[in-house]
Amino acid sequence: MNPTGRPRDESAPQRVGAEGRPVSHAEIVAVAGPVLRARASGAFALREAVEVGDHALLGEVVKLDGDEIVVQVYEDTAGLRPGVAVEGSGAPLSVPLGPGLLGRMFDGLLRPLVRGETPFVRPGMRRAAGEVFAFTPLARPGDELPAGAIFGEAAREGLPAQACLLPPTAGGTVVSIAPGGALADTAVACTLRDASGAERGVAMRHAWPVRTPRPVLARRVPDAPLITGQRVLDTLFPVARGGKAAIPGGFGTGKTVLLEALAKGCDADVIVYLGCGERGNEMAGVLAEFPELVDPRTGRALMERTVVIANTSNMPVSAREASIYSAATVAEYFRDQGLHVALMADSTSRWAEALREVSGRFGELPGEGGYPAYLASRIAEFYERAAIADTLCGRVGSVTVIGAISPPSGDFSEPVTSHTKRYVKAFWALDVQRAQARFYPAIHPLQSYAEDAAAFAPWWTSHGNSRWLELRRRFLTLLDEQARLERMARIVGKDALPARQQLALTCADVLNEAFLRQSAFSPVDRRCGPARQGAMMRVTARFLDLAQAAVEAGVAPERIPRLDAYRPLLRMGEEIGEDELERFDALEAALEREFAALVGGAPPAGA
Amino acid sequence: MLVTVEHAAARLEGPLMFLRRTVDAGLGDAVEVHSPSGPPRLGRVAALDTKHMTIEVLESTAGLDLGRSVVRFFGEPLAFGLSGGVLGRVFNGVGEPVDGGPPIAAAQRHAVDGLPLNPVERANPRDFIETGVTAIDLLNSLVRGQKLPLFSAGGLPHDRLAVAIATHARLRDAEPGAFAIVFAGIGVPWESAEYFRASLARSGALARTALFLNLASDSSTQRLLTPRFALTAAEYLAYVEGKHVLAILTDMTNYCEALREVSSSKGEVPSRKGFPGAMYSDLATLYERAGIVHGHPGSLTQLPILTMPADDIGHPIPDLTGYITEGQIVLSRELDRRGVDPPIDVLPSLSRLMKDGVGGRFTHADHPALASQLYAAYARAVQARVLASVVGADGLAETDRRYLAFGDAFEGTLVRQEEPRTLEESMAAGWRLLRDLPRAELARLSDAQIAAHLSEA
Repeated sequence: MNPTGRPRDESAPQRVGAEGRPVSHAEIVAVAGPVLRARASGAFALREAVEVGDHALLGEVVKLDGDEIVVQVYEDTAGLRPGVAVEGSGAPLSVPLGPGLLGRMFDGLLRPLVRGETPFVRPGMRRAAGEVFAFTPLARPGDELPAGAIFGEAAREGLPAQACLLPPTAGGTVVSIAPGGALADTAVACTLRDASGAERGVAMRHAWPVRTPRPVLARRVPDAPLITGQRVLDTLFPVARGGKAAIPGGFGTGKTVLLEALAKGCDADVIVYLGCGERGNEMAGVLAEFPELVDPRTGRALMERTVVIANTSNMPVSAREASIYSAATVAEYFRDQGLHVALMADSTSRWAEALREVSGRFGELPGEGGYPAYLASRIAEFYERAAIADTLCGRVGSVTVIGAISPPSGDFSEPVTSHTKRYVKAFWALDVQRAQARFYPAIHPLQSYAEDAAAFAPWWTSHGNSRWLELRRRFLTLLDEQARLERMARIVGKDALPARQQLALTCADVLNEAFLRQSAFSPVDRRCGPARQGAMMRVTARFLDLAQAAVEAGVAPERIPRLDAYRPLLRMGEEIGEDELERFDALEAALEREFAALVGGAPPAGA
Repeated sequence: MLVTVEHAAARLEGPLMFLRRTVDAGLGDAVEVHSPSGPPRLGRVAALDTKHMTIEVLESTAGLDLGRSVVRFFGEPLAFGLSGGVLGRVFNGVGEPVDGGPPIAAAQRHAVDGLPLNPVERANPRDFIETGVTAIDLLNSLVRGQKLPLFSAGGLPHDRLAVAIATHARLRDAEPGAFAIVFAGIGVPWESAEYFRASLARSGALARTALFLNLASDSSTQRLLTPRFALTAAEYLAYVEGKHVLAILTDMTNYCEALREVSSSKGEVPSRKGFPGAMYSDLATLYERAGIVHGHPGSLTQLPILTMPADDIGHPIPDLTGYITEGQIVLSRELDRRGVDPPIDVLPSLSRLMKDGVGGRFTHADHPALASQLYAAYARAVQARVLASVVGADGLAETDRRYLAFGDAFEGTLVRQEEPRTLEESMAAGWRLLRDLPRAELARLSDAQIAAHLSEA
């Protein structure tokens, strides 16, 4: 198994999991683009990871044909030629999972992206070197540990400890365990003896094949929302903790800004941020900004809870296809420690396009939009990796998946959007018109939906907002009425509408400006916690009541925007912070006073 | 390593030349195909097996034959020999001087395909560039290291705007020189190329410009190489020579058309409107070559220009571009007809990096709020126009009538400009416009901002 007694280098993705099978060799006979054929002199398995040539380019076996294998290479293949060696690894494409992930950036195959001699990414292996952590054992020799159990804790200098998990495939009696102290994450930290008597050393870092979901004990039905800190989402279109949401939108509608706002503000323990075929500058922006921002829940730097996986649009396309699985695997690894994880994928369309490109290269029959026929099942598989579950270590953890979609020319009927719609429970459609007016988040209230919303009413009630469901319905109804009335106003003119309908338009304006609009760049408003959201809901609803009563008492609707409290109402999100909720009471009182004066001084109806 | 192969060609089909494999070349290696019928043509190794190799000829294959074609193998991918001497020179689309001057004494050779920048090496673009154009500076600010395309259409003055930006662009805390322009004309008509050359010469900018010209009459396959040669030169100037480079690529639509042509001749499965499915990735390998690198003094800012086929922003070329670039400046035919110059349609325009380059540290603390308020008000004005077009201005509420007037003034005095403006002048013009709107409507401004800028003087 490990005859030298030396800890095997668990870091190289293609080596891990190679359980004793002799490594096979092959020699290239043909190469075109990122696909090559090689003549094998040993057994290769489908989906086995391989290394190609002197630079050890990473690839995966995608076809077996007699003694020939077909390999998809995840890197630039320039310079390859017949005769170059291909080495098998004996294991499917896997990534190393351990305490070194948090706070770092990786490429699509989870190889660390670090500063080097050249600013460019050169093809070839970049192994994650072993890193030393402060290890604390949490088991003793003789303990029985089930597979996937926690056997210790690891901490990087000055940072909180993370749980060390046994691989989901290894359990047994602890034979020995490393004492507390500095230990490399690749060194054997714990030795187990399984039921058959075989001994196996386990390090703080273990490998897992990316295309295989990590097992859990039992899945649970999601019943609590993931608080995103965005009012329009939490109030109108909530997503469950362990649920799945999609954000489709044409270019410039604010997908990335919204995803980043969620990554900063949502109440997850760990954020896995996948930049899939997106801009390099955005990744640089995350790296520059997140260490500066503070996680409102822990008071520590946001970067400490974040793992960034970057396959920018100019990096090899085939690695883009794998990056989404790497991200899901990392998210599941943290879930398995009993943490709540949010996985942001920007953008799943680029992944689907990579799928299309690779499929085209293999000469597969194209389906709708040129995508392979298995597009829908691949999308389903990805979103199904979202779950809240009892994990193998006995704790409850969750992965919430939020995927951005970039539909061509903003057309939501295209295959990726329409397939995704069938699998997600929350659909956050971005609207070009709102974005053009710089109204962010530009979520279209009538095209978006949240299937699970009613299930979260108990959660909101237990968090002090018993009217959440009722007000949510009221807000949605008002927005629906606005769309109808605006169509009518376009024909007859706004002035010709009855007072009650003119009022509805004013009320909808207030709901949009005061409550739904939320600037991701305002230091006060970039995140809105449940308590402040509740207060703002209440004030907004109070305004709707007061305005309605005033108009019924004969007040002309156009007088309402002239109230002194009107502007403060529209700006309450940016002006009133999380820790000054009493100012909402003052605002409400001011509204009541001014409306009372307005109604008192109103001319009698019909005058 | 130079190896010459004769009598190996077995088949010629479109841009592809099939050879018997008699040399040990690697995938992607550059070749030159010599033939008595014309000048040498560039190509590269596109596929290999033990017995054959496929050469993709990157220029027209007309006139080649099997018997007399001689293929020279360079033993490395297509590269460009570069030095600071490229400035002030004019090249054809594949980096050969065409101004009658001496060849470039190459200090370094760089592969024209480039390599992806490691995201952790990228510095966040922040330096505000003042272009003198209000619709850009005030509302869609350009920052150094950004890629901001002009979405234009046939007959609109995009060339003039690009020249205006190239000549006026400056950093506000004016730093010493080190500014260079790389201009790539991709399938442009001779007149456009000449317009750029003459304008840059007039303003004295030609000496710090490297011009790459692939004219409309040149081979369309060569068009795929032109932006790559130009950007390789730009990267060299930015990251080796430490200059601040503005790369103008025009017209990306011609590039994409060439991509479609070559893709279909290679028998690839077409995607939307016949363009190749990999066009997004292909465009990304160009646009992503903009940026700033930690520890390097220079920067590479891109200003690609594309003409939207049939003025359609949903066409695959602008659509895929918009998904890669950091915003877009959209020109409007309607504004152009109404005499608004530059005819920038502000609503669909966007600069994604603006948030990083404006505000107290870079321009003015109230700049972001002013821009946001102007956007909100103009969007409302455009809405009011739609209403007015049916019911007439008289059928509108008082507030909507004021928005109507605001919209006209916005286009007539803010977007339209005869002279370049400083940012301060642009901001003053913006505040002036907002004075005519009811205060209650200005929800994007704080009370302090209203007091500071909108109190009647």
